[in-house]
Amino acid sequence: MTNSKNGFSKILKSNVPDGPIDKKWTSHKNKINLVSPANKRNLDVIVVGTGLAGGSAAATLAELGYNVKAFCFQDSPRRAHSIAAQGGINAAKNYQGDGDSVYRLFYDTVKGGDYRSREENVYRLAEVSANIIDQCVAQGVPFARDYGGLLDNRSFGGVLVSRTFYAKGQTGQQLLLGAYSAMNRQIARGKIKMYNRHEMLDIVLVDGKARGIIARNLVTGEIERHSAHAVVLGSGGYGNVFYLSTNAMGSNVTAAWKAHKRGAFFANPCFTQIHPTCIPVSGDHQSKLTLMSESLRNDGRIWVPKNKKDAEAVREGSLSPTEIPEENRDYFLERRYPAFGNLVPRDVASRAAKERCDAGFGVNKTGEAVYLDFASAIIRYGKEQALVNGQDDSDNELVQKLGKEVVKKKYGNLFQMYEKIVDQNPYETPMMIYPAVHYTMGGVWVDYNLMTTVPGLYAIGEANFSDHGSNRLGASALMQGLADGYFVLPYTIGDYLSKDISTGPIPNDSKEFLSAEKEVKEKIEFFVSNNGSKSVDYFHKKLGKIMWNKCGMARTKETLKEAIDDISSLRKEFYKDVKVPGFSDQFNEELAKAGRVSDFLELGELFAKDALQREESCGGHFREEYQTPEGEAKRRKEFQYVSAWEYKGEPKDAELHKEKLVYHNIEVKERSYK
Amino acid sequence: MKLKLKIWRQKNSESKGKIIDYDIENISPDMSFLEMLDVLNADLISKDEDPVSFDHDCREGICGSCSLFINGQAHGPDRLVTTCQLHMRKFKDGDTIYIEPFRAKAFPVIKDLVVDRSAFDRIQHAGGYISVNTSGNTQDANSIPINKDDADSAFDAATCIGCGACVAACKNSSAMLFVGAKVSQYSLLPQGQTEASRRVVNMVNQMDLEGFGNCSNTGACEVECPKGISLDNIARMNRELLKASVKK
Repeated sequence: MTNSKNGFSKILKSNVPDGPIDKKWTSHKNKINLVSPANKRNLDVIVVGTGLAGGSAAATLAELGYNVKAFCFQDSPRRAHSIAAQGGINAAKNYQGDGDSVYRLFYDTVKGGDYRSREENVYRLAEVSANIIDQCVAQGVPFARDYGGLLDNRSFGGVLVSRTFYAKGQTGQQLLLGAYSAMNRQIARGKIKMYNRHEMLDIVLVDGKARGIIARNLVTGEIERHSAHAVVLGSGGYGNVFYLSTNAMGSNVTAAWKAHKRGAFFANPCFTQIHPTCIPVSGDHQSKLTLMSESLRNDGRIWVPKNKKDAEAVREGSLSPTEIPEENRDYFLERRYPAFGNLVPRDVASRAAKERCDAGFGVNKTGEAVYLDFASAIIRYGKEQALVNGQDDSDNELVQKLGKEVVKKKYGNLFQMYEKIVDQNPYETPMMIYPAVHYTMGGVWVDYNLMTTVPGLYAIGEANFSDHGSNRLGASALMQGLADGYFVLPYTIGDYLSKDISTGPIPNDSKEFLSAEKEVKEKIEFFVSNNGSKSVDYFHKKLGKIMWNKCGMARTKETLKEAIDDISSLRKEFYKDVKVPGFSDQFNEELAKAGRVSDFLELGELFAKDALQREESCGGHFREEYQTPEGEAKRRKEFQYVSAWEYKGEPKDAELHKEKLVYHNIEVKERSYK
Repeated sequence: MKLKLKIWRQKNSESKGKIIDYDIENISPDMSFLEMLDVLNADLISKDEDPVSFDHDCREGICGSCSLFINGQAHGPDRLVTTCQLHMRKFKDGDTIYIEPFRAKAFPVIKDLVVDRSAFDRIQHAGGYISVNTSGNTQDANSIPINKDDADSAFDAATCIGCGACVAACKNSSAMLFVGAKVSQYSLLPQGQTEASRRVVNMVNQMDLEGFGNCSNTGACEVECPKGISLDNIARMNRELLKASVKK
């Protein structure tokens, strides 16, 4: 019996410390075991992934004195996909004096996540958020500043304060370069051994504990065994299961999925974030989608034509959006959600856009786009600037010119990116946007210490599940990645490693390592000698279509059941008919892709199964059967739990374990942004 | 669109490479350059030929993975974009396109169009950081106000994506723009002052050790840089180097 009578798991232990919520983390840190500096030198830690979570963890562990081996599939740790995050990072600094606090950030994050996150983890996240900003500034991260020389903030969706720190539209890049610089310092000292262009292909357990990984050198094709006392996964999310997403081409679930197959429970796989402001799909050739930062919703107004015939004319190209008069425009977010307007959370904004497009009001050739319009922001800023300059604020031409300059300063790089891709000038005509897969809230299940159900195996950042519930608020991914890597894991891992101080080096030639290596090699040889007739991408695109159409922004019992069968048969076809050119002992991108897609083909099935069992709508998970008369998500009390899946062979045979979610410090309410 | 591609093929770092011709059709002007190569590779795979290897990841111009020397220009004919953001509408039906790797002694070819840019990492190991441990007890972020113009200039320098276009564009394969940008970011901020001398000396030494050439002020790097990193950064680096040598 792994579940108790009320259906909740008896084996999942969240290990949340006792005491009031605002004292838990401090008292936990005071009580857990430490490892002496002399012993840290004898302990090895493997970190997989070098984004904000993995990079910051590797650097901090090395600073503490552990021997770190860090792995990334990119040619440099600086290229991990955290680099593409645009808008910003939240922190409860209350520099703006607008009433922000640790509690408010905690509250917003739990509410934004639609009450499906673990409250103690979220509180800790809010607590350490301010430290992140201090740390990054100390590292030389060039955040935006005002003329007084102090840090500037902006506002993001789902909140009523300005707590987002930013570096133009390149905040992720600047934070990652900060973590990378901290890594560089440790690489130079020899405390981090960096393995670039290496991909983890399996995790090795010895006596039930995570003791190393099997990795493939992507340049030579060599399979390598690496041992350590503990393994940390900072390998990111699995949005690419949809084929088209805003993730990088190489982003994959392999590390997390291999961990799952070795015993780590996978939590809430169906919680996916569909980001409202992405550049719409232009054709079948499309390889990835591009996000336009949420910060654009600070100033851009989202609308579609009020009349269907205008929408049709726009689609045919006989009407331009600028010709549609104000009274014939439907600013549907402002109409439906007057309190938050264009700054409602991402899940709400995405669904509202889909609803309008499904109803026939979409504005591009495919009917799957809505406008994001800066015309009124340009006028507002232009008038303000004219007054500041002592010029005539009724001079239209001048106002337009000044307004565009202000908008350019704020969002210039995003506007340029849009223009390059779409070939339209967003200063003159409204942008077109549509929702796209962006982030996965689900991930490897972890306890309060960020340890998975496999002893000695940790998951941090997007790879774990704990902080964002069923919807993540903007500018919180960077916060969580760095919180886990700089301020949480380096402490909690010490408690585990304190028991390993007399273990000595872990041999990498034990039978467990050899048999894991053999399995990896066999799978690779299988792919290169399969001689099928269809490319890896063929299967990946097919999987993506199933996921988007049947497990996408709206799901039903029927579509999910179909998805499980479709994915299962696609997987069989994949193994029978996939063609991987070239050899295993060379640089072979198709081979690397084949491995990643084979894991997506398993994860996708579990994803659909998870969405099927969750008979409610919450955050990014929208089941059509469960909605209010106004079309809002209908959460159900009986589903207030984390679904943690245990691998049992075929993904659809996975066993469900439920971690009950209890909220002592926040009242569970109807989530309203009206 | 129909195109003739002339692509550098090289099996591995030891073998000799050469230009191979490919014909490709049904290319939409809305495709990105890399999506055009995806189409070529799908075709090659279906014909049991080895697909063309090239580095790429984010495909939104920020990770710095993609490279490619296209018709003699790093990242191709468009300005201020990386190859992944270059669109086929910049070319005409019937065009011949030469596609080569970023060439430099310090960037050895791994396969086809993929080069090894780890020299850039090693330059940063030599000093591209501020020595501050993670503790949670660093001073409050607002305790040192930083002049907005300096903060903005530091940011502009920090936007370098480390793609190596500057090296590929330079007739001397110089990495001065890259190193200059990194040195500038820190030298413009108060946090970077303590280690300023050591940093610039060590990074410039490592740059020389890696086999990058010298700067002869032709400015090709600035023109080809997808992020518009300014030559001012090279001047600032030289000033910092001079300052450091005087201090000694």
